[in-house]
Amino acid sequence: MYYPSNSKPVRKLYRFPGGLHLPDNKAQSTRTLPIQAALPAKLILPVQQHIGTPAQPLVTVGDRVLKGELIATAQGRISAALHAPSSGRVTAIDELPVAHPSGLPALCIVIETDGKDEWGALPPPIADYAQCEPRLLLERIRSAGIVGLGGASFPTSVKLAPESGRRINTLVINGAECEPYITCDDMLMRVRAEDVLTGASIMQRLIGATTTQIGIEDNKPEAISAMNQALVRLQLEQIEVVTIPTRYPSGGERQLIRVLTGIEVPSGELPASVGVICNNVGTAAAVADAVLRGQPLISRLVTITGEGVGNPSNLEALIGTPCNELIAQAGGYSGCGDRLIMGGPMMGFTLHSDTVPISKASNCLLAASPSEAPDPGAASACIRCGKCAEVCPVSLLPQQMYWYARAKDLEKTQEYNLFDCIECGCCSHVCPAHIPLVQYFRFAKNESWDQERERRSAELARQRHEAKQARLARQEAEKLARLQQKRAALAKKPAAAQAPADVADPKKAAIEAALKRAAEKKARLAEQGIAPKNTTDLTPVQQQQVDQAEIRRKKLNRSSAEQEG
Amino acid sequence: MRFLTITSPHSARPNSVTVTMLWVIVALLPGAVAMTWYFGWGIAIHMLLASITAVVAEGLVLKLRRRPALPAIQDLSAVVTALLFAIAIPPLLPWWLTLLGTAFAIIVAKHLYGGIGYNPFNPAMVGYVLLLISYPVEMTTWLPPIMLNQTPLDFAQTLHAIFTGSLPPGLSWDGITMATPLDEMRNQLNHNRMISEIRQSPLWGDFGGLGWEWVGNWYLLGGAILLYKRIISWHIPVSMLGAVLVMAMLFHFLDQESHPFGLFHIFSGGTLLGAFFIATDPVTASTTHRGQLIYGACIGLITYVIRRWGGYPDAVAFAVLLMNMAVPMIDYYTQPRVFGQQSSSNE
Repeated sequence: MYYPSNSKPVRKLYRFPGGLHLPDNKAQSTRTLPIQAALPAKLILPVQQHIGTPAQPLVTVGDRVLKGELIATAQGRISAALHAPSSGRVTAIDELPVAHPSGLPALCIVIETDGKDEWGALPPPIADYAQCEPRLLLERIRSAGIVGLGGASFPTSVKLAPESGRRINTLVINGAECEPYITCDDMLMRVRAEDVLTGASIMQRLIGATTTQIGIEDNKPEAISAMNQALVRLQLEQIEVVTIPTRYPSGGERQLIRVLTGIEVPSGELPASVGVICNNVGTAAAVADAVLRGQPLISRLVTITGEGVGNPSNLEALIGTPCNELIAQAGGYSGCGDRLIMGGPMMGFTLHSDTVPISKASNCLLAASPSEAPDPGAASACIRCGKCAEVCPVSLLPQQMYWYARAKDLEKTQEYNLFDCIECGCCSHVCPAHIPLVQYFRFAKNESWDQERERRSAELARQRHEAKQARLARQEAEKLARLQQKRAALAKKPAAAQAPADVADPKKAAIEAALKRAAEKKARLAEQGIAPKNTTDLTPVQQQQVDQAEIRRKKLNRSSAEQEG
Repeated sequence: MRFLTITSPHSARPNSVTVTMLWVIVALLPGAVAMTWYFGWGIAIHMLLASITAVVAEGLVLKLRRRPALPAIQDLSAVVTALLFAIAIPPLLPWWLTLLGTAFAIIVAKHLYGGIGYNPFNPAMVGYVLLLISYPVEMTTWLPPIMLNQTPLDFAQTLHAIFTGSLPPGLSWDGITMATPLDEMRNQLNHNRMISEIRQSPLWGDFGGLGWEWVGNWYLLGGAILLYKRIISWHIPVSMLGAVLVMAMLFHFLDQESHPFGLFHIFSGGTLLGAFFIATDPVTASTTHRGQLIYGACIGLITYVIRRWGGYPDAVAFAVLLMNMAVPMIDYYTQPRVFGQQSSSNE
């Protein structure tokens, strides 16, 4: 049992569910101290080595660049800058194969190195970081292109600037390095312990955390000792190096936070939501480089290991160095390897070729032999033994998720919390039927994302369609309204225009006037007794007819009066 | 250097179905040897007969299903089914009943539901229950343990009895057979005799029937092997045995003269075999730990209830099959709380 040199009272550690004790296979690559890898003839730099928007190239083919010079700038908030790892000439900006599980090419800037390794102008060191304005420190970290070096490669400056109003109490520095074979963090802590601590201290200041806990698995006694000694030298009171039990995947962000603080980061939330921010030791050292020396992130420690390489070791390699060059410097291929894995055995992915470059996130190249990683053979049917559920660090039920993933019942896989899966590989490792469970879960996640995208675009299309329908309906309604208005106006016109229309129509007025005059004249003549009567001057026949009509009228009047009576 | 592209994890896998099944067989051996010791060669003969039948039946049905037969046979699950079946049946059962039971278990209970991993019911128990219901006389014709057996049959005589149904001259079936302790206890109690009276008979050992209870100890040893090798978890055996014990003790203390002591039920019949080897069949059992506790406890409960008030002296097979039906529901409602979530999403 190892006890730290500056023995503090043993602190309480917490457990996460499941997990595995794996043969760690770390001794092979820790026999020698890390060495600087030779300058490669060609550096291939993908413009996207981070989560977020790809960087925008600032150079063109033929440009000469100096070491540390900015060659691609960050685009938007979540992005990272890219710098020339060595001096030389840009020979291509093109789609080239990169280290990605898909094997698909991506945009890369290719630099042919000139061997001079000539530094460009660097920003001035900020020696007194404790007094420096946080904004400047953040800007320095951002402009240095630092991303999380533990594997996720999330832009560090974004992580260190949590939403305002969110109180961060604890900074967790991840030195667990729980995956077998990988030793780059172990070696980094052994040789650059002070930088790791300084970087941690800078980060702690930025996020305003009250404590920093550096979690290291107990299978790395040299690293723990080096870190504790550096802690004594630097006298950083608020930082604590915590030895944690070796249990895969204790280096998972949520798992490590649980082990150190007892806090379970709520599903679907970031650690910052519970006042914790977690960064890798490599990231801390890169922050120290950027602040204390003004150096951008242009190189990192990479573990080259496995039975497939002659001399497993750690190399300080420039970002963009092709894998084959690093393997050549680690003793070359031993001949027994059958696959080249980028990352560790549990979560790494196999490369299609060794000409692809290492990126900021590349921590390990594992040339595995069939004896180290035997072909598990064809998967057989799940016997529902539940071993997968026992080892799952998230307490999922992989056997149920597998069932539904196989049936492509994505809704059901999500009901069984598919998206809480961290793809650590524990379930696949223990499955007696050798079912590649994690692959099924990745597939189900991708399908779900695709479906979500499709659903969203369908939703968008639906919204567009509905908007169009609404617009058309509105236009139709407006047209109708206008028409009705017009009709109403027309309908109102004759009524409203009657009186003035008489005046307006001269012909009618003349007739009216004439009629009026005639009537007046008639009335005047009648007053004078000379009004013409149409009953005067009747012929006897006419008189007779009048008389008869008079008789009929009287008769009629009488009969109608009788009827009424 | 080759560049195989394989999905992670890249590790030597510690488990395999074949090794798991092999350990079950190994763990079953002490009990099987003990059974053979106490009840004669019949047990061993039936084990062999059942194993051959199971493998042949599996090969045939896989051929019919146009699936590769060899990998499926190599996983040894058919052999485990056959052995569990053979260890549960009477030692002198006619050979064709073993054939029928095993073939039914493999073809109908296992493969008609889709083969290993897909069968909702424990195949060995389906085969056993088929025979128990269809051939109740043959299935309850047990031999006395060796120490009570005046005329033990040798290997050739046993073989003869199984394959021809005829006994050596001078012996009669009634003369050589005997009820199981559970059956005996049940019959005596039905005749309103008191337990203190019943236990006067030389049939009884410390807890269960003479000899029988020792077989239980060997199953217990096998169970310990399975637990140690982590082939099974403790949840099902503990909850099942616990439920039987609690029920039995409860009624024992209520009325000591008509309810045998709790350990009688543990060390009689299929309780221990069931708790460690049958109820723990991963395919048909609950997969969540909370679910396993419920599943095991219900099997124990049903076993006791049928033994005490039902129509059969033993009931492990019925209890297991009944609870097999409830497994999907139990699993659904006993999902563990996911790390970082407040409660299970289905609750």
